[in-house]
Amino acid sequence: MSETRTIKVDYLARVEGEGALYVRTEGDRVEEVKLSIFEPPRFFEAFLLGRDFREAPDITARICGICPIAYQMGASHAMEDVCGVKVDGSLQTLRRLIYCGEWIESHVLHVFMLHLPDFLGYPDAITMARDQPDLVRNALRMKKIGNALMRLVGGREVHPVNLKVGGFYRTPTAEELAGVRADLAWGLEAACEAGEFLAGLDFPGFEMDYEFVALVHPDEYPITHGELGSTSGIRAPVNAYDRIFREDHVVHSTALQSRLTDTGRPAFLGPMARFALNRERLTPQASDLAQRSGLGDVCRNPFKSILVRTVEIAFAFEEALRLLDVYQRPDASAVEAAPRAGTGFGATEAPRGICYHRYTLDDEGIIRDAKIVAPTSVNQASIEADLHGFVQNHLDLPDDQLRHRCEQAIRNYDPCISCSTHFLDLTIERR
Amino acid sequence: MSARRPTLAVWKFASCDGCQLTLLGCEDELLAVADAIQIAYFPEASSAMAEGPWDLSLVEGSITTPHDAERIREIRRASRHLVTIGACATAGGIQALRNFADVEAFTRQVYARPDWIKTLATSDPIAAHVPVDFELRGCPIDKAQLLEVINAFVYGRRPQVPQSSVCEECKRAGHVCVMVAHGTPCLGPVTHAGCGALCPGCHRGCYGCFGPKETPNAPALSAWLEHLGMKREEIVRVYRTFNANSDTFREESLRHERDTDHQG
Repeated sequence: MSETRTIKVDYLARVEGEGALYVRTEGDRVEEVKLSIFEPPRFFEAFLLGRDFREAPDITARICGICPIAYQMGASHAMEDVCGVKVDGSLQTLRRLIYCGEWIESHVLHVFMLHLPDFLGYPDAITMARDQPDLVRNALRMKKIGNALMRLVGGREVHPVNLKVGGFYRTPTAEELAGVRADLAWGLEAACEAGEFLAGLDFPGFEMDYEFVALVHPDEYPITHGELGSTSGIRAPVNAYDRIFREDHVVHSTALQSRLTDTGRPAFLGPMARFALNRERLTPQASDLAQRSGLGDVCRNPFKSILVRTVEIAFAFEEALRLLDVYQRPDASAVEAAPRAGTGFGATEAPRGICYHRYTLDDEGIIRDAKIVAPTSVNQASIEADLHGFVQNHLDLPDDQLRHRCEQAIRNYDPCISCSTHFLDLTIERR
Repeated sequence: MSARRPTLAVWKFASCDGCQLTLLGCEDELLAVADAIQIAYFPEASSAMAEGPWDLSLVEGSITTPHDAERIREIRRASRHLVTIGACATAGGIQALRNFADVEAFTRQVYARPDWIKTLATSDPIAAHVPVDFELRGCPIDKAQLLEVINAFVYGRRPQVPQSSVCEECKRAGHVCVMVAHGTPCLGPVTHAGCGALCPGCHRGCYGCFGPKETPNAPALSAWLEHLGMKREEIVRVYRTFNANSDTFREESLRHERDTDHQG
């Protein structure tokens, strides 16, 4: 008779939001893997109906306190798409700049406070700070600089007040932005230094044949713009999103799950996908750090996502410095967007991957239909596939070690459960 | 002097995580806070989850499921002091827009299998379910106010958090009044202080993140909003955001909704 084992985590720590894990094995076979999301649903897509199109950035920001810019900007792009207006020049420079701030604060939070304690054997960054005070202090300072950039352009780090459809309420002067330059230069150096330390960590030998999906842009490492691209050769405009992905409702999750329509395979979104599809467009020092970290052209070991994320921190600092150089305060703080009936699409690269928005407006600009897809809900299927593969390869590990590795495998994705619930509890059952 | 540090727990209900992240956003103060108090239960930041009871529980999020209604009662029983942080925990949050609608229709709008979703008809503030010792406003909360509240409860005093309006902060900041000077609709006169009048500083009107101030006169403000050309349905919407379920904002939006209906 084969032995049944279950491994459970009822409330996953160091992830944003509420989830659980359940794994059941029979003998030497993994039978069932469930990443459960019990975060209560909040129904954003329902209560956006009947609202004015100009309200969408402030309302959708409240989906996530960690990546509000991803929602504000995705919603704004979709509305501008409906209205037929284009935001470019210095306004686009400012949008990319504040998004760099969001990448920095979100990535630094995850790399040093949520993910690194797994590798160094601490329960949290505060305990880690007793043995590694400089590492934690430098991380907090980097995070603070990301937040300062959010405040400088957006007025506030959580739920910024200064962004709107068409641009901004008030644009900062070049002198105001110049105040953060020395900190950004320090941050770039600190990120590169931290990246070298992190490259020396012990990584489990584990690779998967992922289909990476990210925005691809001919001239820049993608943040605010690009076409949908994948490692299997998909190239399509953002408005093809609903044809490329299908969404399923599964019983163990309040976050809808996504798969690629053609193959039924899970898609992998986020830093590793962006890196795989856009590596050659990294800024010089970030590209150099990627090389020194041994990442090659593509990284397929999800445990090494911490290195890719750190490369992106360096990139965000370096890119922010470049944007400061080219910024000139525009004459108008926003492009006028007059409503008209139609459907618009928007997708940007949130810290965790593509965040997709689609809205239909009537001729008075009232929202009649809304669809928002958070990257974590797309990544659910990849996380479950990773857990299946990892547990299958490590059935010899005792339960507590296996449970710890499973939690780490989930944290590899920096899952944002609060976002994805339209998301986690670990149970491993061995039979 | 007692060597035992007070214990802190941070809890999450329906929310965006922004308010509890404000604690991790205290980059300059976090390590000092962790020296003064023992952060005993904070699953979003630590996998070490100590058993209660706790001296101070910070609660983020609103009550939207039968399970959460039970969970908050257990947390209250195990907490010496319980403080709500943010608009969700204090007023029900943006998700309280369901309180004005049919939640079953909402579920059908978002989910293919509404029968798999367990949710309450309303999104409730924590105080609707258990006694609360202090309510900290904001969507999101302000970092300095959070540190003040933690400090006050550690030393057993009342938090010093102003109850006045955004207007007072706006005047002190020296901003030009966006409503008087530019005719921009602004909720500043009825909105609780705390953000530092960020929006007028960006040349936009306040949109009410901190909810109603003490003794607000919303009908007087609504008359001005009408005078500035806002339509009744727009006035309904302006009160119906993150603090839609707080008494003053709820009554004011319902009053205008009724009037809109009468106009046919």
